[in-house]
Amino acid sequence: MADLKLTDVAKTYGGTVDVLKNINLDIKQGELIVFVGPSGCGKSTLLRMIAGLEKITGGELQIDGQVVNDVPPAQRGIAMVFQSYALYPHMTVRDNMSFALKIAKKSPAEIDEAVSRAAKILQLDEYLDRLPKALSGGQRQRVAIGRSIVRDPKVYLFDEPLSNLDAALRVATRIEISQLKESMPDSTMVYVTHDQVEAMTLATRIVVLANKGIAQVGTPLELYERPENEFVAQFIGSPAMNLLSGEIVETGAQTSVKLTAGGLAKSAVPTQASDMGLKVNIGIRPEDMVETTGDDYAFEGKVNITEALGEVTLLYFDRVGDNDAVIGKLPGIHADLRGRSVRMAATPEKVQIFHNGRSLYYR
Amino acid sequence: MHPALQGLLTIFIGVGGCVGYFYGANLFLDKVLFKAEGPNAGRNINRANMIRPWLFLMPALLALGIYLAYPVVATLRLSFLERLPGNEYAFVGFDNYTKMFAEPKFMEALRNNILWLVIVPAAATGFGLLAAQLTDRLSWGNIAKSIIFMPMAISFVGAAVIFKLIYEARPEDVAQIGILNHLYLLFGGAEPQQWLQIPFWNNFFLMAVLIWIQTGFAMVILSAALRGIPEETVEAAIIDGANPFQIFFKIKIPQIMSTIVVVWTTITIATLKVFDIVFAMTNGQWETQVMANYMYDKLFRANDWGMGSASAMIIMLMVTPILVWNVYNARKEMQ
Repeated sequence: MADLKLTDVAKTYGGTVDVLKNINLDIKQGELIVFVGPSGCGKSTLLRMIAGLEKITGGELQIDGQVVNDVPPAQRGIAMVFQSYALYPHMTVRDNMSFALKIAKKSPAEIDEAVSRAAKILQLDEYLDRLPKALSGGQRQRVAIGRSIVRDPKVYLFDEPLSNLDAALRVATRIEISQLKESMPDSTMVYVTHDQVEAMTLATRIVVLANKGIAQVGTPLELYERPENEFVAQFIGSPAMNLLSGEIVETGAQTSVKLTAGGLAKSAVPTQASDMGLKVNIGIRPEDMVETTGDDYAFEGKVNITEALGEVTLLYFDRVGDNDAVIGKLPGIHADLRGRSVRMAATPEKVQIFHNGRSLYYR
Repeated sequence: MHPALQGLLTIFIGVGGCVGYFYGANLFLDKVLFKAEGPNAGRNINRANMIRPWLFLMPALLALGIYLAYPVVATLRLSFLERLPGNEYAFVGFDNYTKMFAEPKFMEALRNNILWLVIVPAAATGFGLLAAQLTDRLSWGNIAKSIIFMPMAISFVGAAVIFKLIYEARPEDVAQIGILNHLYLLFGGAEPQQWLQIPFWNNFFLMAVLIWIQTGFAMVILSAALRGIPEETVEAAIIDGANPFQIFFKIKIPQIMSTIVVVWTTITIATLKVFDIVFAMTNGQWETQVMANYMYDKLFRANDWGMGSASAMIIMLMVTPILVWNVYNARKEMQ
């Protein structure tokens, strides 16, 4: 139950290889912060630095107002759940959960109480005397979580806890974690994942890591609706946001962008008169595109492939100019659109404008 | 004929004979005995497949039978017989055994063997585990491991000679060539000691040789086992607050326990059979007799086949349960 504060935290290997730099982050008590990012962006490294398993080579980490850069993991008041569960294979579920307390020399009564409380929360009562190898993947992950709970830590750290589970179990365990968080509203959690759905559903705030630093911090819907830069715009949401190059032709409370591919897009992002003629990229999410027959369209293209998923149909357009291939997502089944030329539009509220990769909304 | 040529010819005949046997027997089975054609093709194939494993196993079974199973039975028989002049035998029941158990030298060998049995596997496994753990994180750990492993490449007799030099004692006024006496005098010892002639303690000086050899073996196997431990379990223990000793004893050792048992029992078997070291260094004098050397003494020096065989049976009786336990654990580990 604590705040977490990272100030200019950096990680360098061998003095030359920068992995992370200038990480500034304020995590409030009770938040569930999710680190997402492409593989190799350092999200797990950052988590391990908070845990104390990796040395912090620059900056300062505070837990509960105390600098813990050089405090050993066990005294930081953190608990960690690993992707591979990391259960002690030679110990029963009960021994796995009570190991930390035994090390801390707690009284048997205290240990018993903590273990049975955690077992109850996680519905592990009947498995307490089993060895980990006699448990299913989901149960093992629950034991790993139980091992954290019994220690009553200030901060819970999760390192891709669902990645080793199959799809159905992943959804179930995700919901369990979400319920667990709700039952412990004061506990602070930091969660690393590469799975967007986990990030969107679990997070109080998401930290998108890219390029050795933080690309954006915000609530899931902030990131979705108002990405700060093109990286976050394309990283959050699936399929990725379409980016189309163009030039600002009308400024004011509403901005019009004439696209190099031909269409005209209106955006609710306000601009100044001096922005006239600025080269920009507009961003429209596939699901925000609507088919139109009028002349008021943002994009026109020939549908190359359709993927009918039932609830939605994905339209893959032929590339136009130097833009990336555009993808549209229409509700319902539209298999008949294949090979036809289709005009797409979007409401101004759903159109982002980026200049040099940064959103004009945040300036 | 030149002996080298003889050797080559033997190898040629041996290997050629093996290949010829397997190939020819297989061919005979498929083409002559049970042909895979005609109205009974399917039945013939099944029959041929039932016979084939036995065909291939036969040479090994025969060799093991002649050189392993038969000697055991013959030794058991001999242990109940007494050799009389003129190649005659008389059945004497358990006389050989009772005579043997009444002999102080036998009881000494038995006592020493038990001592070896307790100390050598424990020490070799313990040192091996220590070496494996300590060299794991060193940059020059692999060099250290190679050096510790090297004695494995030396024959027992060779190692015995090396240690005989280490324990060598020279008169007081001459430079000591034995490093132990040199150190002993350096640290204030009064006069050079004949280490191998100090009853009881000389057993430990002999054991040191086998420990020196077997530590490398234990280290290599246990080092591989330690590396097989998932790193996350160690990290989880660090976060749980375990100190390095607790991690080693409560997290790492239990996870490699089955490997430790296999290493331990394997060294135990080597220890029970120890012969060369004692034979080469003291030949059982000064109360250092062990079972295998006792057996050799009786069988080949005293020419007492009855008592020699009886002591061989005792050694086998001691090794068998450990061997069974060893195989059981090795199998368990493979699963």
